[in-house]
Parts: sequence; structure tokens; C-alpha cells
Amino acid sequence: MEQVIINGLYLGAQYALIALGLTLIFALMNVLNFAHGQMYVLGGFITYVIYGQLGLPFPLAVICSGLTLAAVGSVIERFLFAPVIKRSAREESTMLLAAAVAFFLDAIILLLFGEKQRGVPKIINGVFVSDSIVMPYDRIVVGVVAMAMIVAFMLYMQYSKPGRAMRALAQDRTAAQLMGVNVDRYSTIGFALGAMLAGLVGGLLVSITGVNSGIGGSISIKAFLMVMIGGAGVVGGAIAGGFILGMMESVGLTLLRNFGDVTYLVIFALLMIFLSIRPHGLMGKPWG
Amino acid sequence: MGMPTIRVALCAALAGLAFAAGPLSAQAQEKELKIGFVGVTSGPAAAWGISNVRSMQTRADWLNEKGGVKIGDTTYKITIVTFDDQKDPRRAIAGMEKMAQEGIRYVVGPNVDDGAAAVRPVAESKGIIYIPYSFPKELYTPPASNAILGMVASYQSAPAIYKYLKENKGVKTVAFVAANESDPLSQRDAGVAAAKALGLEVVAQNDTYQNDTRDFTPVLTPIVKLRPDLLVLSGVSPGNAPLLIRAARELGYQGIISTETAHDAKVLQEGAGDLANGFISVGGASTPEIRTPEMEEFIERYIKKYGEYNDESNTKVYALEYILETLKANPKAIDDVEEFKKTIDTFSAPNPFVKDGTLKYVGMTSFGQKRQLSVPMVVVEYWNGEFRTLFVGEVD
Repeated sequence: MEQVIINGLYLGAQYALIALGLTLIFALMNVLNFAHGQMYVLGGFITYVIYGQLGLPFPLAVICSGLTLAAVGSVIERFLFAPVIKRSAREESTMLLAAAVAFFLDAIILLLFGEKQRGVPKIINGVFVSDSIVMPYDRIVVGVVAMAMIVAFMLYMQYSKPGRAMRALAQDRTAAQLMGVNVDRYSTIGFALGAMLAGLVGGLLVSITGVNSGIGGSISIKAFLMVMIGGAGVVGGAIAGGFILGMMESVGLTLLRNFGDVTYLVIFALLMIFLSIRPHGLMGKPWG
Repeated sequence: MGMPTIRVALCAALAGLAFAAGPLSAQAQEKELKIGFVGVTSGPAAAWGISNVRSMQTRADWLNEKGGVKIGDTTYKITIVTFDDQKDPRRAIAGMEKMAQEGIRYVVGPNVDDGAAAVRPVAESKGIIYIPYSFPKELYTPPASNAILGMVASYQSAPAIYKYLKENKGVKTVAFVAANESDPLSQRDAGVAAAKALGLEVVAQNDTYQNDTRDFTPVLTPIVKLRPDLLVLSGVSPGNAPLLIRAARELGYQGIISTETAHDAKVLQEGAGDLANGFISVGGASTPEIRTPEMEEFIERYIKKYGEYNDESNTKVYALEYILETLKANPKAIDDVEEFKKTIDTFSAPNPFVKDGTLKYVGMTSFGQKRQLSVPMVVVEYWNGEFRTLFVGEVD
């Protein structure tokens, strides 16, 4: 059972980091970023090229993934989402735009990086083995880094000036504007930060799970699932949602294995019941 | 209108006629033969269809460069018409309809079971021969007659692989894991049946995973604890194989890992490194020991055109070759698939890709009629970035 719990915690840390960027963008702009998974994939491929192909250090590659995605995110926000949000009061417009960006990125990634599954050399060799737990060292490192990134993000949002401004935006956009918060600027920063998180986690996880041009859609769906569990737009909720999903997956795949692939069936059924009881997820409104 | 003006007008008219007649006369000498592809070229399974399309395109360009393909008295330039069904059976039907509208009689694909089953009514009603890469027997057994299986089926290769491993590696227990999709599940069931028939003990057969899983540790943790001698990754896609192998090995699994699908050495190397050593899969004319110079040239051309070879193309190269060679054997089949079907039973031609090989249709044992391309069943073992031939078998 210890192994199952460790697997769940590790998966949870991965998932929480994936969901963070998505929920941040939703909190700030009320945009369901369907392209979040594609941004993750792009981050993975950048690390693949820099670390796997060029042989440069892995941390540098992950940072490059984050920075590139931050730049891509800010361009997408400034030139696509911001104008659409200003001109259209209908939420479907941004949803359609996000879907279009997802398809566009999918096609670009396929053209640039091909159809094959890609992987990079292990960042650390060796496996930790005890009586009840087996865990490769690279997974331990990635899990710890993921946790550290989550903590750093929380501290940034809590104590930095941009973090406070973005939280104000998420709570009440109009009130924040009246209090002198530069809405346009912090929307761009928030979107770039969300995209950067996708890029960072994509880069980080390419060392464990590799990357494939076609996985963006499924990554987005899982991220939405976590956000729905925790509460759309709530950072703490995304983290909780990630760990809950990771644990449910790990426990379900062990306990329900004799019944075939029913784990996700059970997870979705539980989610439907849960949402009918708590439609705003575990934590309700953004930042209380 | 004066004489000079009339002369200029006549010259212009003649020039115009010559301009119009030029392409017409060229068309009279050289016609276009369209061959279709309907399959998946986007999403997580894109590698399957893209290796089809690229193999077809590389071979078609090569043949066109040599002046085209002579079928009867006419030389044809080959044009490949492709349609991405996104692994969606509804789109596969739309793709097959499109092929029919374009007058295409021969189509390669679809890549998966539900797509291949979905296009069957369209192919049969519109008179199209299609070459799927899916294994359900009802597609190839009478009264069905328009589908021709493009590769070796898992129920054909699995018994051979398990028998080899039982006799040569002392395998006694086996566990199966498959994606929760129709193709891998049907391949798993066929594998379980084959293993039981050989007297192997099946210790796990219900474990499945979502095809978009990225971390297989939770899936494999309970299976590895059972310590089977052989772990079969039924119908595993090239993208998932290295992740499964790596997770199993890192959890301490030390037995043999095998599958009945084709894989790519570079993908295994990048995704699992040395942990993939010893992984057994089924290839086509893949290994250097049995390749002809023509296969070497095909690989070179493929790399030149697309930058990187895909080992799956060792199998995928055959479909277009079979279509063209059968048409050469019976030119009447160019727009009459019934003529094509008549030729299948007696067709035989040299295999350009394998030493001493023959192109012929097989499948009598499995389907009761010849509805399968004879592709070499080369069982290979991955070792340090390349495949080594374990043994070569033949269907029928």
C-alpha cells in the first residue's frame, strides 16, 4: 500500500503543477484555455531539443521552456485574447479562440517536431529500493522540484506586488481597476505566467514521460478535471484537485484492476456526483 | 482586317491550340493513377498513419522519378491522395466516401479496428479494395471480400513468439496489459488464448490503461509484483511502449517484455534507453540481414525526404507495392476491383525488399480466402539502439 500512496503523491505533484497554470488563467480572465495541454507539449519539446539534442544542462532547458512559453503566452494574450475580450461580451468567443489556438499549436508542433514519441536521457540514474517502496531517483527529484515550484508560485502570488495585483484581479476585476491596478498589464503577466507554468512542467516531465505531439488534448482534459474538483480559478483548489486525482488514479488502478479499466469510469462517476453536490468544486470562488 | 492582322491572329490561334494540345498529348501518353490513404495522421496515434503516408509517398515519388508504372500499355504517374480520419470511425467513413467521389479504387488504411469496420459498407458498395491494419477476422472472411489485411495479425505472430520463448527462454508464466481500446483488447484476448493453448500460465489479463496515460507506474505496480516470466504489452502503440518498458524495469521487473506490434528503435532508445534491451516485437523487412539493396535505397530516400526513418515503414512499404504489382499482373483491374479479386488467388511476384522473398497473398488458414498481404514475420529483439532478428516466420 505504501507504494500505491507514493505513486499517488508523485502523480498528484505532477498533476497539481499542470493544473496551476490553467486555473490561474481562468481566475484572471475567465478564459478556459483549451490550449494549455499544447503549451505543455511545446515546453516538453523545447527541453527535448535543448537537453536531449543539443546536450545542454537539463535545468537550463527547463528554464528555456518556461521562458519561451511565457513569451508565447504573452503574445497570445496581447494579440488574441485581449482584443476578443474587449470586443465580445460572450464567453463562447474566448472558448472558441482557445480551441482555435489549441488546434493551431497542435498543427505547428506536429510540423516542427514530427509524430514520434520523444524522450531524453535520464537526469539521474538509479532506483531507491526499500522493503515496501520502489522509486527511481529521477522521479523523486522531479516530485521534489514540482513541490518546490508549487510553493514558490504560492509565495509569489501571496507576497509579490504582481501576485497581489493578480489576486485582486481574480477577486473583482472592476474593483481592482478602480483601485489603480493596470488590468491589461497584469492580464498579460498572468497569462504569461500560466503559459510559463505549462512550459516548465512540460520541460520537467519530459525527463520521465517523454513527449508526443498528439498528447496536448488529453493533458488539457485532465487539467480541467483537476480544476473542476478543486474549484475553477482557485489556486489551492487546483493543487488539491491534482493530488486527489493522482491518489484516486493510483488507488483505483490497484484496487480495481481485476474489473478491467474501470478506474476512470469510477472517477468520472464520482466527479458527476460531487459536482451535483458542490458545483463550484471544493474551494468555490477564486481567492475567497 | 488587313492581311498582316489576319496572319497575326492565325499565328496566335495556332499557338493557342499548340499550348492547349501540349498537355493533352502528354496526358495521352502518361496517365495518373490515384491511390488513396484513409487513416490516422494526427493525435497520439499519428505515427501509425504517418508511416503509411510517408512510405507510400516515398515509393510513389521513386517510381514516378523512374518514369512511372507501366500497367498494360499505359504508363501511370502515381498520386497519393490522403485523408486523416483522426482515429474516428465517422471520419473514416467520410474519408472513404471522398475516395469514392474521386474515383479511387484502391485505398490503404484505416489503421484501427473500428475505422476499418466502419468503412466496410462504403468500400463494398462503391467498389473499393482497401488494406487495413486491423485484425478482426470478419473483415477478411467470406462474405467480406474487399478488405486485405496489410500486416501480420497478432493471432498469427503471438503463438510463434510465445512458442519460441517457451522453448528457448524457459517462459512459464505470462501477464498481459493493454490499452482500453478495441485493437489492443482484441490483441490481448488473442494473446491470452494463444498462451493458454501453449500451456503457459496466465497470471494477469485484466489490467488495462487509458491510451493517453503518461505515467505507467501505478498500472504496472500490481503486475510486477506477480513476477511473470513474460510481460506482453498487447497492441501497444510506439509512443507508449518505451514508457511501459521503463516503468516496468524501474519497478524491478526482470523478465522478458514483448508485443506483437511493430516499433521504432529510435523511439525505444530515446524513451527507455538500455532498459529497452531485450524487448521483443514484430518488424517487417527491417533487419540488415534480410534487406535487399532496394530496401536500403527506400530507407535512404525516406530519410532524405522526411529527415528521419520510421521502422514501422518496414511493414508499411508493402501496401502500395502489392496494389501496383497486382494491377500490373491484371491491367483490367485498374478500374474493376472484381478483376483484382480474381488475380489475388494466383498472384505472385518477386519481393523487392527482402532477399529471396515473394509477394503473394495469403490468409487461407486464418480467413478461408487469400485476403492478407504476405509480409515477412520478422520477430526482432531491441538491443542498444537497433533491432536484431530473433527469427523469421511466415503466415500460412
